[in-house]
Amino acid sequence: MKNAIHDALVITKRQLLQLARVPELLVFSTIQPVMFVLLFRFVFGGSIDSGQPGGYVQLLMPGIFVQTVAFTLAATAVGLAEDMKKGLIDRFRSLPISRGAVIIGRTFGDALLNILVLAVMALAGYAVGWRPTSGIVQTTLAFVFLFMFGYALSWIGILAGLSVKEARTVQSVGFLVTFPLTFLSNAFAPTTGMPRALQYFAEWNPVSTMVAACRQLFGLKNEFGATANSWPSQHPLETSLLYIVLLMAIFIPLSIRKYKNYSN
Amino acid sequence: MKSVIAENLVKTYRKGEVKALDGLSLDVEEGTVLGVLGPNGAGKTTTVRILATLLQPDSGHATVAGIDVIKHPDKVREQIGLSGQYAAVDETLTGWDNLVMFGRLYHLGRQSSIDRANELLERFDLTEAARRPIKTYSGGMRRRLDLAASLIVKPKILFLDEPTTGLDPRGRQDMWGVIQELVKGGVTLLLTTQYLEEADQLADEIAVIDRGTVIARGTSDSLKKQVGGERLEITVEPADLDKVNEIVAKISGHATHVDLRTVSAPVLHGSKDLMEALRAMDEAKIHPLDIGLKRPSLDDVFLSLTGHVAEETVVEPLGKKKRGGKK
Repeated sequence: MKNAIHDALVITKRQLLQLARVPELLVFSTIQPVMFVLLFRFVFGGSIDSGQPGGYVQLLMPGIFVQTVAFTLAATAVGLAEDMKKGLIDRFRSLPISRGAVIIGRTFGDALLNILVLAVMALAGYAVGWRPTSGIVQTTLAFVFLFMFGYALSWIGILAGLSVKEARTVQSVGFLVTFPLTFLSNAFAPTTGMPRALQYFAEWNPVSTMVAACRQLFGLKNEFGATANSWPSQHPLETSLLYIVLLMAIFIPLSIRKYKNYSN
Repeated sequence: MKSVIAENLVKTYRKGEVKALDGLSLDVEEGTVLGVLGPNGAGKTTTVRILATLLQPDSGHATVAGIDVIKHPDKVREQIGLSGQYAAVDETLTGWDNLVMFGRLYHLGRQSSIDRANELLERFDLTEAARRPIKTYSGGMRRRLDLAASLIVKPKILFLDEPTTGLDPRGRQDMWGVIQELVKGGVTLLLTTQYLEEADQLADEIAVIDRGTVIARGTSDSLKKQVGGERLEITVEPADLDKVNEIVAKISGHATHVDLRTVSAPVLHGSKDLMEALRAMDEAKIHPLDIGLKRPSLDDVFLSLTGHVAEETVVEPLGKKKRGGKK
């Protein structure tokens, strides 16, 4: 067990070293979320009447936090697919290291990157008027939630990365999944305008429950959701926690099994 | 003592449609070099991957350093070094970063990992490039670094899968030098290659594989003997071809092989037959453009063993694209 953690941390350190050697990677992975903050704040923000004190940006920021965390799933998958293609994973597997250390280490590395990205976005949000009103404890808790959600999702990324042959495929697949998930939600606009069936989908969508949970923890009323009066929209915190646990319970064992047998 | 033994390995892909290994058996004596020679798709990489515990055979049995690769892969991994066809290192990191990382993964301490990295960089002539990202390295440098990464814990048994594929002649020469040094140090080496010359240069013994089985094995010399002895080869102006063909046929007593301007045939008495050919041609007032005795190359060996020239047979799976020409 001690060895397993040591091995995983060596892999994590490798990812951090990559960022140190290629700082552009870091710049680009933070530019996109910052760009989203600015675009939504200034392009759509003016025309969306949120009825919220402090303006649309209060509702927007939780949405963008969740969206960004969800998008990092693709980065996890692409990184892993590239390592496999280059034979690096074969090399790791020929070493006397603990099973799973390679993928566990990668999820740690991606989690650290998520912390950084969230911090940069929070600063960008603050700069354009985002002000959580719930106090330090609840606000921190919201970020812990986001972090956990990101960690759970990164295991989907691991499984996807191990399952495809081409890094570019996984990039497109990741986009195909995360894009509708983040937009068929309450993240940017109220679900009230959607057809009834989509409303249900949107309210059960983990992205929506996460966004609603974060809004609640940042001190907002439950806006943009709860139109279909479904259970998840009434209990976003509980539902989100359930989703996080479920995702990990499903995807961690699947990924580790896939990693062990991937070339058989 | 045998360091590596493979018995009747069978491996199929796509539910039996593609047979990568079809009862392959081989062994490597401790401290020697076995060259596994075959065209793309013959099963070389699959064999190495099974022996290096990366892949499980459908059936068959293999031991490395006396340890069963299927039952105790972890123990095998402690004994082996593996360097594949592609430089399997992190290209965004520097050479030094990579070697230290692998040292840590082999559970060397921090300082030992650093010392070992420096030592290997020095030995493989990479000290100057140590602090540069691998992606700035030449093909030869990458391969040397990859090899260095497989030597971190001084493995007794080393698997090199096509160590020079894709390298330019200079890079190939360097790599051969490095491998010869290693062999002097007493490592047991299983090397795969599609270059006949490479097996000839580096291996004590050669196993020729085709379509998933070993079709011949022996020393380079004994394999060459299997194709027969030397060949007399004469190149002349096309006008003289018929006459020369007559001469060669008479001396050889075997069927001749006629090309555009070249006639060749096996001969028994080497230089004596060569002299006779020269005399006969002098009498007939024919001036050869080129004349000589040719020892059979391993290409000829392959041709005579398989009835076809070394070519790709099946697509090797594993999602890895192969370099090199198609059929």
